Amino acid sequence: MEVFFQTLVAGILKGSLYALIGMGMTLIMGVMGIINLAHGQLMMVAMYVTFTLHAFFGIDPYLSLVVAMPTLFILGAIIQQWFLNPLMKVESILPENQVLMTVGVGMVLTEVMRFIFTSDYKSVQTSYSKSAWYFWDISVSVPLTIDFFFAVGLTVLLLLFLIKTDTGRAIRATAQDKDAALLMGVDSEKITVITFGLGAALVAAAGTLLIPVYYLFPDIGGPFTRKAFVICVLGGMGSAVGAIFGGMTLGLAEAFGAAYIGMEFEDMIGLIIFILVLLFLPGGFKRLTKV
Amino acid sequence: MSFFEVKDLVKNFGGLLAVNGVSFSVKEGEIFGLIGPNGSGKTTIFNLITGFYPLTRGEIYFEGKRIDGLKTYKICKLGIGRTFQVVKPLARLTVLDNVMASAFNRSTTIKDAREKALEALEFCGLAHRQDVLARSLPIGERKRLEITRSFATGPKLILLDETAAGLNPAELNKAIELILKIRDNGVTIVIVEHIMRVIMSISERILAINYGMPIGMGTPQEVADNEEVIKAYLGEEVDFA
Amino acid sequence: MRRYLPIICLILLTIFPLVVPNDYYLHLMILVLMWVVIGTAWNLIAGYTGQVSFGDAAFFGTGAYTAGLLTTKLMISPWWGLILGGVTAAILALPFGWICFRLRGAYFALATLALNEVMRHIGTIWESLTNGMVGILIVQTFMSKLPYYYIVLTMAVVSVVSVRLVMRSKWGYYFLSIREDQDAAESLGIDSHFYKMVSLGIAAALTGVAGGFYMNYMGFIDPHVVFSLHDISIMAILVGIVGGVGTIYGPAVGAFIMVAVQELFRTGFFGTLMAAAKSTGSGYFIKIVEYFNMAHVLGFGLLVVLVILFLPNGVVGDWDKILRFLRLKRSEAEA
Ligand SMILES: Nc1ncnc2c1ncn2[C@@H]1O[C@H](COP(=O)(O)OP(=O)(O)OP(=O)(O)O)[C@@H](O)[C@H]1O
Ligand SMILES: [Mg+2]
Repeated sequence: MEVFFQTLVAGILKGSLYALIGMGMTLIMGVMGIINLAHGQLMMVAMYVTFTLHAFFGIDPYLSLVVAMPTLFILGAIIQQWFLNPLMKVESILPENQVLMTVGVGMVLTEVMRFIFTSDYKSVQTSYSKSAWYFWDISVSVPLTIDFFFAVGLTVLLLLFLIKTDTGRAIRATAQDKDAALLMGVDSEKITVITFGLGAALVAAAGTLLIPVYYLFPDIGGPFTRKAFVICVLGGMGSAVGAIFGGMTLGLAEAFGAAYIGMEFEDMIGLIIFILVLLFLPGGFKRLTKV
Repeated sequence: MSFFEVKDLVKNFGGLLAVNGVSFSVKEGEIFGLIGPNGSGKTTIFNLITGFYPLTRGEIYFEGKRIDGLKTYKICKLGIGRTFQVVKPLARLTVLDNVMASAFNRSTTIKDAREKALEALEFCGLAHRQDVLARSLPIGERKRLEITRSFATGPKLILLDETAAGLNPAELNKAIELILKIRDNGVTIVIVEHIMRVIMSISERILAINYGMPIGMGTPQEVADNEEVIKAYLGEEVDFA
Repeated sequence: MRRYLPIICLILLTIFPLVVPNDYYLHLMILVLMWVVIGTAWNLIAGYTGQVSFGDAAFFGTGAYTAGLLTTKLMISPWWGLILGGVTAAILALPFGWICFRLRGAYFALATLALNEVMRHIGTIWESLTNGMVGILIVQTFMSKLPYYYIVLTMAVVSVVSVRLVMRSKWGYYFLSIREDQDAAESLGIDSHFYKMVSLGIAAALTGVAGGFYMNYMGFIDPHVVFSLHDISIMAILVGIVGGVGTIYGPAVGAFIMVAVQELFRTGFFGTLMAAAKSTGSGYFIKIVEYFNMAHVLGFGLLVVLVILFLPNGVVGDWDKILRFLRLKRSEAEA
């Protein structure tokens, strides 16, 4: 029973970070209609930013959020502006050209990081990395708890932004109906750039929050990209609330899978969920609730 | 048993009743008109008949066989062709290839499909454009390609969705001519049209709907005189000439 | 002239080993021809049917493991793997296609990516069957590369010719219709779900055969080689795109270019970079070149980006565009 609760808590904490990753991806999915297969790689870049700040300037990872998020926002905006938007004007047969482009971008990001930092595993040791607090009998990691609150805070901020601000409303309008949004005078190119930037900033936050408890190497991006699309598919592509559910589900499933089936299956669990969703719940959770 | 019949058709789009209790039957060989203001549910009815959306409620019969719930391609195989209001050309194929792709509906060899496609192109007056890429056609000819393609599948019933919209007067006359020619070739037609001149002049019977509900039914004259129909169209620029 | 080009190429390819009796170049040509098979198959499902596969390695690896396991487990000649590899790949592809083609849009692309990963995990975890990371080692049948060359040449010709035949049949028209507009296709009586599966089935079978050949030729496979996302799945996409999506000979051209590019990166432009760096005597340059030689994936990534930006329809598809570009440059120079 203790293992059960321990796993439950671990899953929820992890799920909150996954929700952050998934929301970034799902925003991009909703507005541009593409799967961003460089999503995990963007996270990896953010992690290196945080790592560098710590290694050279001794800056605490949580403090690095204010650097990593804007940096990745700019990187994301650049990718959208100069690598994805031009493709809309190019005549080509494959509808997935933009998706392929994100694959290429992901490869380049990975290799550039390998170039700079080599393939070695890196990690950031903070004074609180290994510390834990106790909730009855269950030990809970301190950094993961802090992460959880950051993730919840950022999620709330994002939802407020989407609901309350003009830009947020324009993003939602574009996601719902691109043509109608255009008619309403939304500058769609600007919106796509902001959206990609925002998506990148969100996943950057997740990466930075992971740093105190996780290790880092250039190839870490790929698995997280796959997690991101599993979350997206689970939540019903393009739904921000769906992504929160999707992230939580994946976090819990991975935690329980690792605890009860075996560590080596952790990576496969997401993929199995993906296949199950495809089989039994095409359209994801959105299909159930019709939001 | 009627040739084609829909009973109590209902379609609910997440709360929006796009079609709400429409019934009608079509006799073999007639031209049946379907009118209604913008957004009244005409295209949705076509999409329901051809299986693009599942029905919320209702039944559809074709030649005595119940066809609702069948897949779109099966409905075509049974002999119901359609055109799309928002045209869907196979953009990077030539006009001939577009029509051949549909002629395969009733042939298996290239040679046969080609012959049938050329025949259909000739019949619909698009033969001189056969080698042009479909995407480079102007809108009038795209609409004509829609008709040609559905005609080439060898249907017994064709659903025409605003195939005259956006045509100039000369093209309009040719379109009317073509529709009558198709009917004379033994194909039954259900036609949706906003241009009253067209629909009033060629339909034998007309069903008018508004907000997905039937509001009038009868000969063109009866429908044009119908109070409710006039009210529904009030404020819209319609010319009942 | 353009019409006879394929025949001329075929003749050149047939006499190639006689003209260039060099094992290194023969090896490269064998790889090129293997990629012709894979690229042609990818082009059928992605370029002609419009369903982009991001996970060809799943089918390639399945074919390769089929051939390998036939030998190590059942003591059957691995050459049976050429045929059976195609069969098992198709057996994997058909139910997979049945599931994902029910949904439109990005699902298929994502699902192929996931399948790729799942197959690699299975290849790694199921050690009792696959030997896991250790891989499978078999004894090659021939010492000389010549038989392999002619076998893979035959495979390449057969796949190009069969895809050409398919595209000139009813199926071909159906595939293209589905690619151009699935709604229109359905309304013309085309069972898009079924025909996508047909297209995927053929593509997977050809890719599986290529995998079976790889096992035979290399004599060694492991999950990270044959189920590699970058080196197989992305490479297949590149071969298809660089040559020309939706053209018959595009993938053949693409295979040639991509294997050449890959080899240039791998060898650091046949060692010339390293020689140049050494001649400067600067340790810094040498170090950069060393990195460069390791970073062939970086080259790949850059290539993906550049090709999609500037040559989205490949050398064959954008041939006129290339000519125009060159002519423009020349007339500018003359002016
Ligand atoms: N796929 C859909 N999802 C949600 N609502 C839809 C969908 N298709 C149509 N509708 C709605 O159903 C209603 C009827 O639309 P429909 O296209 O059938 O009208 P119409 O009579 O063909 O109009 P028009 O004359 O403009 O072509 C409209 O309010 C439309 O917004
Ligand atoms: Mg309509």
